[in-house]
Amino acid sequence: MATITIDGVRHVANLARLEFNDEETAHFTEQLARILDYIGNLNELETDDVPPTSHIHPHQIFILGSEEGARHVAKPDAVKPSYPIEAVLANAPEPEEGYFGVPRVVDTDS
Amino acid sequence: MSVYELTAHALHEKLKEREITAQELTEAIYERIAEVEPHVKGYLTLTKDIALEQAARADEGFQNGDEMPPLAGIPIAIKDVICTKGVRTTCGSKILENFVPPYNATVMTKLHEQGVVMVGKTNMDEFAMGSSTENSAYQITHNPWDLDTIPGGSSGGSAAVVSADTAVCSLGSDTGGSIRQPAALCGVVGMKPTYGRVSRYGLVAFASSLDQIGPFTKDVTDCALLLNAICGSDAMDATSVDVPVPDFTQNLINDVDGLKIGVPKEYFTPALDTEIADNVHAAIAVLQGLGATVEEVSLPHTEYAIATYYIIAPAEASANLARYDGVRYGYRNENPEDLISMYKETRSKGFGEEVKRRIMLGTFALSAGYQDAYYKKAQKVRTLIKSDFDAAFEKVDVIATPTSPTPAFKIGERTADPLQMYLSDVMTTPASHAGLPGLSVPCGFVKSGLPIGLQLLGAPFAEKNVLRVAYTFEQNTEYHRQKPEIQTNGVG
Repeated sequence: MATITIDGVRHVANLARLEFNDEETAHFTEQLARILDYIGNLNELETDDVPPTSHIHPHQIFILGSEEGARHVAKPDAVKPSYPIEAVLANAPEPEEGYFGVPRVVDTDS
Repeated sequence: MSVYELTAHALHEKLKEREITAQELTEAIYERIAEVEPHVKGYLTLTKDIALEQAARADEGFQNGDEMPPLAGIPIAIKDVICTKGVRTTCGSKILENFVPPYNATVMTKLHEQGVVMVGKTNMDEFAMGSSTENSAYQITHNPWDLDTIPGGSSGGSAAVVSADTAVCSLGSDTGGSIRQPAALCGVVGMKPTYGRVSRYGLVAFASSLDQIGPFTKDVTDCALLLNAICGSDAMDATSVDVPVPDFTQNLINDVDGLKIGVPKEYFTPALDTEIADNVHAAIAVLQGLGATVEEVSLPHTEYAIATYYIIAPAEASANLARYDGVRYGYRNENPEDLISMYKETRSKGFGEEVKRRIMLGTFALSAGYQDAYYKKAQKVRTLIKSDFDAAFEKVDVIATPTSPTPAFKIGERTADPLQMYLSDVMTTPASHAGLPGLSVPCGFVKSGLPIGLQLLGAPFAEKNVLRVAYTFEQNTEYHRQKPEIQTNGVG
């Protein structure tokens, strides 16, 4: 397994929509490298023929289907009332005319 | 014995017999809070007005001679990661400092149907990421047994308030041990039910394939009563499993004759505190003396559970926490230059260091070029860990281990070294990967006086065996009756 460099940390921070100053970047690089080094012990295991587990109840199928033993967990497609707009916007930092306000993303000059 | 020290089942009898009212009980709990909470600091929010209203309603029912549910009028605390309609829910994070949920989590709806009294919301590691509750953005919770030590985490507040008698019982959440480990360190009973037993609707998501809500109580009987109240499939959570919910109090059987208890040799490593090892062996011998058959089992992939956990949980967290971007709720950094800056500044200022570390770790493990080497690899090892347990449960009914490799450690002792902190979860994460039910029951004390927990694990949906063994142990020992003497004039 690879280790992580300062540039790698900058790249991952951008993907995660986080930003760090140089000191924090160096700090995270050192800590993440140590954690990844520890995690590297998984490489001792031969897993080519092992199926991955993403969910511990494999009989619980989340799509419409009729596989044997599968349980259909999709909800009926029925119209139900949703929360009132005021309740949903009550926690919004900048509600605006019934919407969530954000900084402008379209250029008005063109 | 003061009323605030009693169990829910003992209080139910007193409420039913009108020896005490729910309002008197609630007042007694808040008096206790006034006395010890400044030292323990288990609560982030107290909801006394709501509690007194709920208590009055319960009293009406008892007065009318109605058939009242077992938890009616019982003061309960709720981990601040569970959505409570109209009551601020912070997840221990600055990013949700002013978040007031417009709805109740399914477990809250179920508890309100029982007529509980909500005392308040409890402190936790930010977004449930931590093993000591030191990652809370608000305060450090102190272990009632020794105020210089941590209560465990991430549900440290929920464990501490039950131990300190500032709530009769509480709810927490367990992703890699966050109920079992603090229960052990605070000397109370804590249980993570089988993954899928309890609806996660309204539980703020950390790692969705692992998260599960469960109770902290003063004894195993109360644990069964709370499980009865919160378990069951829910249309609002597609991962809740539609299996019948038994009456868990039927499993409170003071007899382990014929039950097989497996002791996994991989849990008793040289790194395990010797006092804890000796104590847990002695606890297992007690069960053997009561008729259980004890045999050694092997869970060969135990040593890989932490590495697997610290890939899977952060990966899922990095996706779940993408929603905190300053748009729909929570903190937003002011005057951003553009939308992307708003996201970055909001998240960088709103999240604490451990949360950022896990988001970074998870984002890395899922990023192009690394996903197969890390995330997929971890999912495969998760299969191996689960297979170990499947094989063991072919032979035994319950697996017994220590809950934590050490007793409560000193505040500040492990904060500088994240990896050292992660290793606190070495005994609890394996069962989380396999989605197993796990319970920690008090089984003794180290010489310094700090409590020790015995972890009992069952096969999926076999809570009945876990409860039976825990109940038998408790009925034949006195550890769960011990109370901490909180040093109200000392440090803290």
